[in-house]
Parts: sequence; structure tokens; C-alpha cells
Amino acid sequence: MAHPQPPESDPQSPSAPTAPAKSPRVGLFVTCLVDMFRPSIGFATLKLLEDAGCTVVVPAAQTCCGQPAFNSGDNKDTRAIATQVIEAFEGLDYVVAPSGSCAGMIREHYPELFADDPAMAQRAQHVAKRTYELTSFLVDVLGVTKVDAAMAGTVTYHDSCSGLRELEVKVQPRRLLAGVSGLSLTELPGAEVCCGFGGTFCVKYPEISDKMVTNKAEEIVATGADTLLAGDLGCLLNMAGKLKRLGAETKVRHVAEVLAGMTDTPAIGDPAASLPNKER
Amino acid sequence: MQSTSRNFKDNAHKALNDATLQRALLNVKSGFQENRARTVAGLPEFERLRDAGRDIKNHVLANLDFYLERFEENVTANGGHVHWCRTPAEAREKILEICKRREAKTVTKGKSMVAEEIGLNDYLEENGVEPIETDLGEYIIQLRHEPPSHIIAPAIHVTREQIAVDFRREHSDLDPNRRLEEPRDFTDEARAKLRDKYFAADVGITGANFLIAETGSTVIVTNEGNGDMTQLLGKAHVVIASLEKIVPTLEDASTILRLLARSATGQEMSVYTSFSTGPRRSEDRDGPEEFHVVLLDNGRSAMLGTEFQDMLRCIRCAACMNHCPVYEAVGGHAYGWVYPGPMGSVLTPSLIGVEEAGHLPNASTFCGRCESVCPMRIPLPKMMRHYRQREFEKGLSPQKARAGLSVWSYVATRPKLYRLATRLASGLLGRLGKVKGRLTTLPLAGGWTSVRDMPAPEGKTFHDLYRDRQAAKGGRE
Repeated sequence: MAHPQPPESDPQSPSAPTAPAKSPRVGLFVTCLVDMFRPSIGFATLKLLEDAGCTVVVPAAQTCCGQPAFNSGDNKDTRAIATQVIEAFEGLDYVVAPSGSCAGMIREHYPELFADDPAMAQRAQHVAKRTYELTSFLVDVLGVTKVDAAMAGTVTYHDSCSGLRELEVKVQPRRLLAGVSGLSLTELPGAEVCCGFGGTFCVKYPEISDKMVTNKAEEIVATGADTLLAGDLGCLLNMAGKLKRLGAETKVRHVAEVLAGMTDTPAIGDPAASLPNKER
Repeated sequence: MQSTSRNFKDNAHKALNDATLQRALLNVKSGFQENRARTVAGLPEFERLRDAGRDIKNHVLANLDFYLERFEENVTANGGHVHWCRTPAEAREKILEICKRREAKTVTKGKSMVAEEIGLNDYLEENGVEPIETDLGEYIIQLRHEPPSHIIAPAIHVTREQIAVDFRREHSDLDPNRRLEEPRDFTDEARAKLRDKYFAADVGITGANFLIAETGSTVIVTNEGNGDMTQLLGKAHVVIASLEKIVPTLEDASTILRLLARSATGQEMSVYTSFSTGPRRSEDRDGPEEFHVVLLDNGRSAMLGTEFQDMLRCIRCAACMNHCPVYEAVGGHAYGWVYPGPMGSVLTPSLIGVEEAGHLPNASTFCGRCESVCPMRIPLPKMMRHYRQREFEKGLSPQKARAGLSVWSYVATRPKLYRLATRLASGLLGRLGKVKGRLTTLPLAGGWTSVRDMPAPEGKTFHDLYRDRQAAKGGRE
């Protein structure tokens, strides 16, 4: 990892005794899907942040960002969950999530949830301003230009909608991937088109979701890349699930796993047994 | 128009299994998206124009009464008439009244979505007046007895082969050996048929892209010239327009025109931009003897001052549906009413009620592509979410989903309970999917596993693993 620049703002000097003076205290927002489905992504994120000189804290009082309730029109429960997140993270310098969708929820939508409650709105704004998607945080805030990782092969990249359109995450993962030795990127046609996940959409309208993810899977296979990467586990589970159902060989991973050099685990949807002969 | 929005899921199912429709829908992507991207890239000030367009419309909506009255004054001063209609029924009756007074047997029509909204064609036919659509796309779907499936390309759901069959069926004098394959062939054939109709028509009815307050003009944009023929050759010209089409000045119309064609078809300008200002004056060589503007509200004024006001900025360019992956999958008819795609998913519940159209704001992944291309910067996903809120508050969302959400929210606001639940779920699913790395069926998750596999969890939660790791390090956190 190249030398990161100091963060743009570091209001209070970090209090963690083991951390160097200039090390920002970063709260890792694990996300509910990473917590339950693929902790590897959480540990990859942890490694990337620590390698970049951050002191990472994982607040225990986190569950989910509240999107399932928010997108179902249930603002009351969303506020309860958002309050929990704000309380857990507001003392930290930054909040970082390996997901554009969850980071976008906190950054773009938390403040508007408390439009009728100025005190909470201010706290929400405070947390929102400090919240970043992982690759955007590494590149835009810490100024990381190169990661210490290697992966032989060709990858293609899907731009998850929330990260792309709410947080302008587009060049950051590509810039970092360019520094992974042995890796080459083949761009995916329609990389900016939704994969059909959409949170509860994919189970409320499975047929439409199927059409969208089938298109996506066909385009992925057509690139000839051996691995598909993206920055959001929801989309990855959807695309991996479809690729598997179609019998495609394409491996699927979160971009953090590759950037952290942690690709010794089975890819998403792959059995552990296939590891020795296929992955190495 | 009768709505089938309530049956959105069934409509979508049929659309997804209609191979001909799916072939026709491929045109959405290849045509509109690429053309828009190219033209927009060629105009450096496009983003600033979007801001300007938004600001013009916001100003209008904040002063709508003023500009509408100003428009009426100027139309009247030019010798025309403005008819204020609250409901579709009032608008239909007013138009029929004009037709009856002119003893009209046929009327030519330029494209108008508002005419679809009020079910004008059926009403005129029932009352002995024959409406003839003059836009090629509208003409095709009139032959097919179908509603439009797109707001600027009404027949985009029809393939060329289907059109050839329709023309041969409906045009009895058509030479069986005549070639009907290329767009040009269809245009020539329709044009030959329509030419006489223009001259025979007693009344010409058009929609309007803009109503200009300072001059009392109406503006219509076409690529076929049919709008001009319709509005000039009839003895009376009737413009049917909804009240949010108003802009203060010619300058404002010009600003928005620069956005419209680029966003719609990817042209810099449409081929024809026609301004109508009053009936024929004594010194004019041609033009209609009467000029009427039927101004329709139909629920729009009730959107003012609500969280849906921004929707009234819409200029009907169709960029949102042209870039919508859901529209691309199911086409416009699945939405079940006049306006499909993202703009329809907000406008339809606004005009016919969220009880009837509740599916539409839900059938979105919130991918945000619609908002990213909307020339008027309408926050479409945000407004769809507002409708989901209304549905939730009114108890209209499905009972099962509400119950599930309520349990989930209870657990998600109790981190310790949540840890326990995720530990169990992750462990169980991890064991079930261990051998294959994925699950092909899963109780209660049929919506997922009916169409794709469920990648198996790794087996332990991050929080448990992290706690163990920190404990091994000596409890440092």
C-alpha cells in the first residue's frame, strides 16, 4: 500500500491509545448482508482500512442501515434504525461501508428522515457527511493510489446503482484495481444498468428481476472475463445466483476481496471443495 | 381510459412471455439511449440547461394561476377561446360540442397523450365523429385498436412484420405485391391514405408541448409534419393540453425545446416545431377559422403544494422510460394506463389514485437512471418512495410483507437479539448450502430461488468472527 495522505479533516485527535496520532478513527459499517452472508468482505475491508493507516472500530450496536423499511414506505421504523446507527457511529471520524447502497442510505437519506426533528437532523447530517463507500474513501479521502495485492486473471466490473448515482463511485474501484498485479479489466457493456436486485424488488417482482439479471448474466459471460467484481453484496448475490443457475463458470467476488489480496476463500456461490484446483 | 394498473403483475407476466414484444423492445436500447448520449455529449451546457429548465418550470408552478390567466387573455385577444375543464368528461364534451357545431364527420388528430387520458377517440366515435390519427405511430395503433405503449413512440411495441399485416388488412386497395418492409414503405403508404383525410377533415385536434403565456401560442413538436397539416387544414383547430404545459415566454419555450428533442429522440431539434397563435386573420392565406384550447386539470392542481408537485415539471420527453430497465423488460402496456415507465409510475397514482396504481411505484429497483437522464431533474425515485409511504400509511401494502417487515424491524432495533437471529440463520443456511456453495430452493424465499440460486452464507457472522478475533488479540477494540 502506498503512503496514504492524511484525511481532509481530523477534528479531534484520535483517542485510541494504540493508534498513531494522525490515524483517523473509522467506524466500519459492516452491512447486514456482509455480516450474515460473507464476513470475508468485512475482513477485507478491515485490512484495506488498516493498511491505509486507519484505526478501525466496529461498533457492536449496528445491524442494518434501514433500507428495507425505508424503501417499503415505513419511515417510523427506518427512523428507529437510523437513530441506532447515528448513536453508534457519531463519535467517530468516519463511517465506511463496503457498499454504495448502505453508504448512500446514510449519506443521502438519513438527514431527510429527520426533517421534522432539527436536533436529530443535525446529528444525522454530522454522520452523513462522514460516511463513505469503501473504494471512494480509500481514493477520494485517503488518497490511496496503489494496493498491495495480486490476482492473475481477467475481471469485469458491474457498477452498482446507488454507489454510481448517489455517490459517484465509478473511477475509484477501477483506479485501485489497476494496481493489482496480474489483473486485467475488461469493461462490461451496460455496466451502469441495474442488475435487477433492488432490495425487496427482486422478491416482489421476481419475473421482472429475472429478465434483468438474465440480461446482465449474459453480458457478463460474453465479456469472457473469469471473474465478476462489484462493490455491493446485494447485487453480487443476485448476479452470482443467476450465473450459477445458468451454469456459468464465472467467479463472483466483492472488489474489496481482490484489493485486499484475500481471494483464497471460495468465490460467492462456490463450494469450499472447489477451492484447491480452481482458485489457485 | 380504463386502467389495468391493478393487474400490473399479470400484465408484466404476459409481456415477458410475448416473444414478438420482446423483440420489438430491443429497439428501445439501441435507438433512444445511444442517440441521446451522443447528442447530449455534443452540448457542453446541457447540465446548465437542465438547471434552467427546472427553474423555469418551478417558477411557473409557483405562479400557475397567474400564467394561465395571462395565457387565456392572450388567446382571447388573438380571437381564440380557452375552455377550462376540471375532468376528462368536461373536456370530452367540450370537444364534441365544437365538432357538432362544425357538423364534423371526421377529425384529424396530431399526437396527444392528454387525448388518450380523456379517452377522446372512443367518445368521438360513439358520437358519430370519426377520429383519424395522423402521426404514423398513432395511425398504426389506431389500426390495431391498441393504446400507445410509449409517450413519444406509441407503436414501439409493434414489429415491422406486424405493421405490414395490419396495413394489408386495413388498406383494402393495397397492391399485394407492394413492398412493406422499411420505415419509408410504411410512411409512404400511410401518407397516401392520410393526404385526402387532411383536406376532408372538419376539425383538427392536436396536443401541445408548450402553452406560451406571453403570446397565447401553443407549440407542437413533430418529426412528420402531420401536426402542421392537422392544425392548418381543419376548419377549426382544437388544442387539448393539460395545464402544467404553460411557460411564461417564447424565450422559456426555446430553452426547454433545446432540452426536449435531445432528451427524447437524441435529435438537436425535432424536424417541425409549430407555433399556433389564434385563428386565421383576414390577411392570412390559410389557417383554421376557429382556434380553441381545451385546458385539462384532471387532478393536477391537487398535486400543487404536495410532495408530488415536481412531477408537474415533466415535459413528456420519455427519457426516463427509454433508460428504465423495468420498462425495457415489460414494455408500456404492462403499466396499465396512459403513461408508462418511471414518469407514469408517479403520474398514474397521482391522477387515478394509489389504490388503483399502487404497483407502479413499487415496481422499481430505485436504480436512479431515470432521474439521471430527466431533463427537468425530477426526483422520480424519491416520489415513488413517497407513494410507497402513502401505501404503507394507508395499509395498502400486502399484509404478508407488512408482517415480515414488522418482525424484521423489531429484531433490527435490538442488536443482541439480531446477533442471535443472524447467527442461527447464517449457521443453518451455511450448513444447508455447504456442499454446493449455494441453495437452489429455500422455504419462504421462493421469490428469490424461483429464478436464481441463493449463494450460501459462509456459516458464521462477521460480528461473531470479529468478536472472536478481538478476544484472541486480548480484548482490544
